[in-house]
Amino acid sequence: MSQPTDQEVDISVAGMLRFGITLAAIVVFAGGVLYLRHPWSPTPNYTHFRAEGPELSTISGIFSGLLHLCPKSIIQFGLLLLIATPVARVVFCVIGFARQRNRLYVLVSSIVLLVLIYSLSKGG
Amino acid sequence: MSVIVFSSLLFATSIAAGLLGALTGLGGGVVIVPVLVLLFGVDIRYAIGASLVSVIATSSGAAVAYVREGLSNIRIGMFLEVATTLGALLGAYLTAKISGHWIAIIFGVVLLYSALSSFRQWSSNAPAGQVNPLAQRLELSGTYPGPNGPVSYTAERVPLGFGIMFGAGTLSGLLGIGSGAVKVLAMDQAMKLPFKVSTTTSNFMIGVTAAASAGIYLSRGYIDPTLAMPVMLGVLAGSLFGTHILVKTKVKTLRYMFAFVIIVLGIEMMYSGITGKI
Repeated sequence: MSQPTDQEVDISVAGMLRFGITLAAIVVFAGGVLYLRHPWSPTPNYTHFRAEGPELSTISGIFSGLLHLCPKSIIQFGLLLLIATPVARVVFCVIGFARQRNRLYVLVSSIVLLVLIYSLSKGG
Repeated sequence: MSVIVFSSLLFATSIAAGLLGALTGLGGGVVIVPVLVLLFGVDIRYAIGASLVSVIATSSGAAVAYVREGLSNIRIGMFLEVATTLGALLGAYLTAKISGHWIAIIFGVVLLYSALSSFRQWSSNAPAGQVNPLAQRLELSGTYPGPNGPVSYTAERVPLGFGIMFGAGTLSGLLGIGSGAVKVLAMDQAMKLPFKVSTTTSNFMIGVTAAASAGIYLSRGYIDPTLAMPVMLGVLAGSLFGTHILVKTKVKTLRYMFAFVIIVLGIEMMYSGITGKI
């Protein structure tokens, strides 16, 4: 297997980004259409902060709401896909550097990946 | 107000923000928070959450276009992302500790800085003659396509650039913005990288930086789906449209106008923070 150039790694990453963004936007849009199926109901109050409950602030909560096709859960799932896109980008970079046999940058991108996983595990 | 009217207004505003952000290179995220807080009366924490997800969307969307031009440097970006993601974690923690007044005041200062930095003529850094040992060991160099073939460059003052990037990450996590202006400062001014490489690499990094604080925002309940939905879709649509018409339009006047809007929003944010309205 030949070692990919930086440019080739970049292009595979770009394709993945496009896919992730498109998918996330479609899911958020679908959830939005469902949410707006009662268009004349009053707007929720955003003036006072009330942290979202576990059904919208944990990954397990979002998934269980998704099974019931709850519009808010669908939107939140789309946003999770969006957040996952840069994470997947870093995973692609780890693989790309590994194929280039660049140990230093496998290490560097793994550190970035660990920080991202730590942050997301907070939402788990 | 009914949900359809509120969502439509928010969607339209977000399209405008994304479009202007892409056309002027200032980023749409920077105006979303003040507009949500000052015009729509949204709590600053919800506003920061909605803005952050829209920042991820635009960064990843624009990166697709830039990568094809071969301008962004994946190694420099990844190295500096160690600093920005750690900074973003710190920023996201600070958001819960600092009161809304102070966040508004800091936001105002960052808005003013972003607007003013867009007026500055960035130097076109000449390729350095001497070899920087640290940059060489970390492979912080590359080439970009110039008019007379590939131009090579190497980073300088690596620790300074790394430090500024940590600060950029902290601001991003604290305020839910991309803080592209500070990232470009670190790469262009501190590390003496070519301007085009700085801006495109910065854009590439913004999504990863924002993702690092997004997990913490989510777990804190800052991300409201009904608010984030029109904002994310609007900013994404506006910025994609903006990057497509970018080449054909003269943007100088537009950039001055948008910078002026940002200055007004910045002063208003600081005023509201100081007087305790936010």
